[in-house]
Amino acid sequence: MLKEKDLLGMKELSVDEINLILDTAAAFKDVLGRDIKKVPTLRGKTAVNLFFEPSTRTRTSFELAAKRLSLDVINFSVPTSSVVKGESLIDTALTVQALGADFIVIRHSSAGVPHLLAKKLTASVINAGDGTNEHPTQALLDAFTIKDKKGNIEGLYVVIVGDILHSRVAKSNIYSLTKLGAQVRLIGPPTLIPKEVEELGVKVFHHMEEGLKDADVVMMLRIQMERQSKGFFPSTEEYSKNWGLTPERLCIAKHDAIVMHPGPMNRGIEIASEIADGPQSVILEQVTNGLAVRMAVMYLLAGVRR
Amino acid sequence: MTKELLNKDDINRALTRMAHEIIEKNKGTEKLCLVGIQRGGVHLAKRLAAKIKETERKDIPVGSLDIAFYRDDLNIRKEQPTVRRTEIPFEVTDMKIVLVDDVLFTGRSIRSAMDAVMDLGRPAAIQLAVLIDRGHRELPIKADYVGKNIPTSLAENVEVELKEGGLEDRVILKKIA
Repeated sequence: MLKEKDLLGMKELSVDEINLILDTAAAFKDVLGRDIKKVPTLRGKTAVNLFFEPSTRTRTSFELAAKRLSLDVINFSVPTSSVVKGESLIDTALTVQALGADFIVIRHSSAGVPHLLAKKLTASVINAGDGTNEHPTQALLDAFTIKDKKGNIEGLYVVIVGDILHSRVAKSNIYSLTKLGAQVRLIGPPTLIPKEVEELGVKVFHHMEEGLKDADVVMMLRIQMERQSKGFFPSTEEYSKNWGLTPERLCIAKHDAIVMHPGPMNRGIEIASEIADGPQSVILEQVTNGLAVRMAVMYLLAGVRR
Repeated sequence: MTKELLNKDDINRALTRMAHEIIEKNKGTEKLCLVGIQRGGVHLAKRLAAKIKETERKDIPVGSLDIAFYRDDLNIRKEQPTVRRTEIPFEVTDMKIVLVDDVLFTGRSIRSAMDAVMDLGRPAAIQLAVLIDRGHRELPIKADYVGKNIPTSLAENVEVELKEGGLEDRVILKKIA
């Protein structure tokens, strides 16, 4: 059983809760492999996608996951809503709840917004990304994919490469994978690795050649082009030369290492095209698994007593 | 208060008779398969398949079905049902499916199971085999094969304990405290 009505972050989840979500997701993955990819479980309930930041992939994944559970789904995106007329965040959320929403899936550029709404609302709040804080369903689908490919997570060397400082995907994965017993290493330029991150139980490397050694899982992060103008790295060429994943570098990892990326990818910058499309890449499976994991999260949250 | 209703031998005899009835009614094992409802029904389905094999010398397909996603009581249960895997490694379309469960009570699980099977394909027929029918139906559902009919009160619980679950085979009646 999950303890809280909301999914706010991997920081808040216990190991048992994470494993429950992953086990439940396995059953939903079976459903997604059938001709009829839909179950009547949450018929009559409503999910609202409240996205204050542009997102196609995550929003679509949540929308389809909800539909596969027979939920009704409404997409509430900022440019078409009253938010532009100056309605406060909480008023918008309360309005959505008053329309009958049972689940509010929220993405916002400020960290902590889902936590604030969770306190104000009786609906289940699901964090779909809050600023540079967390993106828990991404970490859950990553854990599911690793478990699916490697059988177990405990004891694996997982390397996360890129802009750790601004990445909520990295943050959620650090909480999640260390709880599940993986050895997590971070690689990136010193400007993009937060100070004191080692207190979270991870090791920091600045060179790919050192950090990739013996890795079982290589998780690449998207490099945000706009960070360059703010001086976090000199140029995309320079970044790619030092921290891009090339076939030669991938050879340093274990021969059966898997390569992951949360998408969207910058091909040729953080990841070489031949790796993205190569036999070690599980990037498209991550997308499929994301559906199963999001179905599991909504199914389990629906059972939490208020 | 606990009362034993069936012992190991009673269960074995009941299953033997049910296996024969299944073969008789279906005139053999052509297009026949057994689907156990998680969890108790799964073990019983395997035992019935073994008994059918003893008589007919044919292996019939056996699957397991989890009905968690098809339940109608998600809103009123204290806990979310644990989700187990559905493993039906054969096409259900045009098959004669015998659903197997340990206890038939309100009939709601069977309704869920029929919906779940229908989403996997279009079977030629669905039949129902249960070890215990304890009455109190809330839906118009009737078993085709019954191990034992046991009149119960709503203040009682029927529990089927099986050796596959680490216990000795027996069926007991318990007063709900």
